[in-house]
Amino acid sequence: MKILVCITKAPDTTTKIAFTDNDTKFNEAGVQWIINPYEEWYALVRALELKEAGLATAIHLITVGKSDTEPVIRKALALGGDEAIRIDGDSNDPYFIAAQIAEYARSQNYDLILTGKESIDYNSSNVGAMVSEMLDMPFIGHATKLDLSGNQVTVNREIEGGEETDTCPTPLVISCQKGMAEARIPNMRGIMAARTKPLQVVAPAALAELTSLVSYDMPPQKAGVKMIDVEQMDELVRLLHEEAKVI
Amino acid sequence: MILVFAEQNNGTFKKATYEAVNYAAKVAAASNDTVTALVLGECSTAASLGEYGAHKVIHISDARLNHLDAKAYSKAIASVASEGAASILVFSNNITAKAVAPRVSARLKAGLISGAISLPDTANGFVVKRGVFSGKAFAYAKINSEMKIVAITPNSFGVEKMGQSAEVETHSMEFSAQDFSIKVENVQTVSGIVPLSEAELVVSGGRGLKGPENWGILEDMASSLGATLACSRPVADSHWRPHHEHVGQTGGTIRPNLYIAVGISGAIQHLAGVNSSKTIVVINKDPEAPFFKAADYGVLGDAFEIVPKLTAAFKKFKAAQNA
Ligand SMILES: Cc1cc2nc3c(=O)[nH]c(=O)nc-3n(C[C@H](O)[C@H](O)[C@H](O)COP(=O)(O)OP(=O)(O)OC[C@H]3O[C@@H](n4cnc5c(N)ncnc54)[C@H](O)[C@@H]3O)c2cc1C
Ligand SMILES: Nc1ncnc2c1ncn2[C@@H]1O[C@H](COP(=O)(O)O)[C@@H](O)[C@H]1O
Repeated sequence: MKILVCITKAPDTTTKIAFTDNDTKFNEAGVQWIINPYEEWYALVRALELKEAGLATAIHLITVGKSDTEPVIRKALALGGDEAIRIDGDSNDPYFIAAQIAEYARSQNYDLILTGKESIDYNSSNVGAMVSEMLDMPFIGHATKLDLSGNQVTVNREIEGGEETDTCPTPLVISCQKGMAEARIPNMRGIMAARTKPLQVVAPAALAELTSLVSYDMPPQKAGVKMIDVEQMDELVRLLHEEAKVI
Repeated sequence: MILVFAEQNNGTFKKATYEAVNYAAKVAAASNDTVTALVLGECSTAASLGEYGAHKVIHISDARLNHLDAKAYSKAIASVASEGAASILVFSNNITAKAVAPRVSARLKAGLISGAISLPDTANGFVVKRGVFSGKAFAYAKINSEMKIVAITPNSFGVEKMGQSAEVETHSMEFSAQDFSIKVENVQTVSGIVPLSEAELVVSGGRGLKGPENWGILEDMASSLGATLACSRPVADSHWRPHHEHVGQTGGTIRPNLYIAVGISGAIQHLAGVNSSKTIVVINKDPEAPFFKAADYGVLGDAFEIVPKLTAAFKKFKAAQNA
């Protein structure tokens, strides 16, 4: 049972979002990069648990990104991934990213490919499902629980207003979210071991981007809060009805 | 042809589906095109999509499509899109679309923009506005391919009736056994409540409520309004509330018309999931709580005193409206 976990870097959640070059580029100055939380806390940790339980044999990590993603991928190795692949490409087109991952994974016979439910920067929730189509595998999204028994997975996934339990034979692609596992912190032994674990850099396949981000915009500033006295709740309701027109 | 995927569940369409049909109709009107809605699975109400702007409905009434299998769905949608030479495909960007639209995109090599919040601007190519950085910013995204796919953020456009019932064409499709590999074992739905992703009114509680036993006052307020409950992350992490209620950067992203935050400090990761709400009311006892900076209306004081008073005011308002 070989598992591939797709890892992307993301700006730390407290990052102040700003743009440069006439609002055409995200301002990366001073940004602290982290592993995108969905694949760190859920996909990767669940994969590690499956390996610890003797149900998986190898955990590979893959990222599509330039050399500035290496600290993030090393951290994922420190958490317990066995080896990593970095595809040396830079894009925020999910199709481009997915095609690079699929290109590499095609010859590797992974039984499970895990992604986060979305990246917290570009939030497309696209890459995992695209990879599944490119590899002609089933896809289950927004999974909150994952169990393995032989070549059969049992997955709980979020549905609108509830949850559903599915079973499916491997290989397949699953996007992971809260509920699946508990976040871990790498220990010293993991960090030392990660330094010598294999990290292979692969040139990207020549592929066109189907989408591109042209420019960025910040949300309009709020006009400022209107404070209402505790004794004036009827007034608040009137404002919500007549001024805000939301009730 | 503009093709809109009209998700259904036992013959009912959600508001967000009508919204997507409306969106497709607006795009079609701007380009002198027509709208075809696609319904998958058994459904007796497909013709009603016409009332929301579909000129035609294609219905693949195959019982195997009553449940989502992303592989089979994307095969069906992609083949209808190719046969009809669709120029644009429209989805409502809910959990189903997040599993299906990217597969259709990969299958047809048609660029996909997920989380769209504007109509396409075609003055200079095909550009759509969408949220990025968990609601902290917006991007203008361009699709470079011939065929285009847009998955719109639910509750960003509104719904209106704009036509008559449409003609329904029943199509059949060849599937192979490999198209269906997912077996649904069990479905648990919380009934009677509007799911958070679709809720227009949301009442949300944070650690300021002290413990799960105090949620009754929020439940009362929510039911006085017909609102859906949400919570901050530590509340879900401490198992005070189920995790599907958790909103924020690592929980759900929502954009209701009204978000009432009770005893929530307004950390940046929380705001990321809720700051696209149209109107925000913050109830907090700390005048320095960062949430007040993101609020439209604020009430400073003890939630245990304020919430019952506000609930009473909502009830009075509702009673006057119904009188
Ligand atoms: C990577 C990362 C991701 C995260 N993702 C999320 C996320 O998705 N969602 C999320 O919510 N958080 C998230 N967080 C956590 C976030 O940083 C905050 O810790 C969290 O939102 C705080 O929750 P809270 O406001 O309920 O609690 P607190 O910060 O403890 O605030 C409680 C508030 O209640 C007020 N209060 C107390 N008693 C009363 C009373 N009687 N009446 C009125 N007000 C009262 C206090 O003044 C205070 O403002 C994330 C953090 C990290 C590091
Ligand atoms: N550049 C990338 N390299 C590897 N995996 C990625 C990359 N971008 C996204 N992913 C994976 O796809 C998931 C969904 O990302 P997205 O489609 O961007 O929301 C992420 O949680 C990652 O697991």
